[in-house]
Amino acid sequence: MTDILAVTDHRRGELRDVSYEIITAGRQLANETGGDLHLAVISGTVDEFAEKLNREGVDAIHTVDYGEEFNHDVYAQAITQLYDELAPQYVLAPNSVNGLDYAPAVATQLDLPIVTDTIALETDGETLIATREMYGGKVETTNELEGGAVATIRSAEWPQAEGTGDAAIEAFDADIDEDAIGSTVNGFEEVGGGDVDITEADVLVSVGRGIEEEDNLPLIEELADALGATVSSSRPIVDNGWLPKNRQVGQSGKVVTPDVYIAIGISGAVQHVAGMKGSDTIVAINTDPNAPIMDIADYAIVDDLFDVVPALTEAFQ
Amino acid sequence: MKILVTVKEVATVEDEFEIEGTGIADQYLGADLNEWDDYAIEEAVQLQEAGVADEVVTVTIGPEECEQTIRQALAKGADRAVRIWDDSLEDVDLLDVGAKTEILSAVVEEEDPDLVLTGVQAGDDSFGATGVSVAENLGYQWGAVVNHLEHGFDDDAASVRRELEGGVEELTEIELPAVLTIQTGINEPRYASLRGIRQAQRKELDVKALADLGIDESAVDSQLELTDMYEPESESDVTTWEGSPEEAAGELAELLRDKGVAQ
Ligand SMILES: Cc1cc2nc3c(=O)[nH]c(=O)nc-3n(C[C@H](O)[C@H](O)[C@H](O)COP(=O)(O)OP(=O)(O)OC[C@H]3O[C@@H](n4cnc5c(N)ncnc54)[C@H](O)[C@@H]3O)c2cc1C
Repeated sequence: MTDILAVTDHRRGELRDVSYEIITAGRQLANETGGDLHLAVISGTVDEFAEKLNREGVDAIHTVDYGEEFNHDVYAQAITQLYDELAPQYVLAPNSVNGLDYAPAVATQLDLPIVTDTIALETDGETLIATREMYGGKVETTNELEGGAVATIRSAEWPQAEGTGDAAIEAFDADIDEDAIGSTVNGFEEVGGGDVDITEADVLVSVGRGIEEEDNLPLIEELADALGATVSSSRPIVDNGWLPKNRQVGQSGKVVTPDVYIAIGISGAVQHVAGMKGSDTIVAINTDPNAPIMDIADYAIVDDLFDVVPALTEAFQ
Repeated sequence: MKILVTVKEVATVEDEFEIEGTGIADQYLGADLNEWDDYAIEEAVQLQEAGVADEVVTVTIGPEECEQTIRQALAKGADRAVRIWDDSLEDVDLLDVGAKTEILSAVVEEEDPDLVLTGVQAGDDSFGATGVSVAENLGYQWGAVVNHLEHGFDDDAASVRRELEGGVEELTEIELPAVLTIQTGINEPRYASLRGIRQAQRKELDVKALADLGIDESAVDSQLELTDMYEPESESDVTTWEGSPEEAAGELAELLRDKGVAQ
């Protein structure tokens, strides 16, 4: 019992990047245990997806042709049935919003422990050592689990698998109990259109919770004006209603790639970083020298933004 | 309708801290109401104010010290609170999803709510899995990462939006009883009023041990063992400008000019 079952992710007809990353994570574990890597691709155009997923290191791809889009009940049923058939040691799922909507249910149903948002995994076939963060990225921890387990993997931590594989592609005839489906997906909606497209900006002045109050926002706007830059923000600023949703940078907001990204009073939580790590030059202004943003910043000023920002604005006026 | 809200007091860490063994040394830790739970409480209280919910009950796993945080939830409008604690939990480094599921499931069974609201994740250990796990364990329906909930419940179903990645929302109907994990931004959490704070002192806060819930101590043994904690190795070679704010701002201004900004 040393095989790995990795579940792939897609939305509206497109495989998501994490589907190729999970192949790498799964292959690595399978190499460590000497087992096989099985992929599951559930719902949508599964045959088309399976062809794309047939990259180096994949031993088998199980397609479950049921429904168009993600439904957590369908996923949970299909995965637990695949588990019963394949008896893998570990089930891997993406730590995506959808992964978090079925992986805990799968673990509970199979009576397996779950470890989420892992950034590294290692096994000797008996013990799984999972690395994950706590306190918003301030520390990393290692965690050990014995026996089988469900693990979700953080996106962009493993490289995407490449090459072409010779996996066996097999249709899996999951027996989906429709009466047990308790939720219905009725559609999708894009949010966050509106006045400005922050993805087009060359220079972003991005503000986070360090700004403390809405009344302090003009400080940031004045700097942006002086630099000819656009204002963007981390999530709490949008949650508070201080800026519209189209200004939010991050996993659930926009992915931006400006020449210069100035992160002011932003800690650099993983969901924020997901949206701005591709910026050319990253500058952090933060009182906390250990804030996770420092790990990806090129330049930093460790000081109070209420002193630094006015001084910077003045330098340009 | 009865709503149960899970409320966690999370540990916060100061900017500068030290690690002792597999934890952060006590003197660098603070405590706060979990950010995501604050939105869950607000949503429940709004449902009550809209006449949809008759009762809002909170449940917390935690020692006596966290009663201050529980009172915050009561001050915002929850009717009563349940707190679970036990000597057997005292020395646990990390309560994993399975253990939390056992404890919370017992409370949900006892309270028998129509709707359970939890935060998407806890700000300290951020598993983001307990709500869905409890739902599955009890045969409740569920939805993870909900950022909008219609307050009209037609046909005993909740009409929600789940916030996916990249600014896309999923519109979903979920049969009740259900567990929804609540995302920040779904509403605007209120501050507790002075009157609310006074009233909270008189509200019922029921303390239960595992045995009271019929849970065997072994059920809360984490299957996950925390074996190490360390500060992440920084991969970056960040250039930090020293000096006064003006000096540092001057250096940054120079860099920006070099990069052709504001010219
Ligand atoms: C499913 C999910 C999706 C999410 N999607 C997103 C997303 O798309 N985008 C996003 O941003 N977040 C997202 N988040 C939230 C994310 O986890 C963080 O909560 C958020 O990014 C924190 O924002 P922040 O850095 O502004 O605030 P905090 O983490 O509170 O950081 C504030 C920072 O300001 C600094 N500071 C305070 N005062 C000062 C001062 N006077 N001068 C200088 N610095 C100061 C502090 O040292 C700290 O580093 C998501 C979370 C979840 C669970």
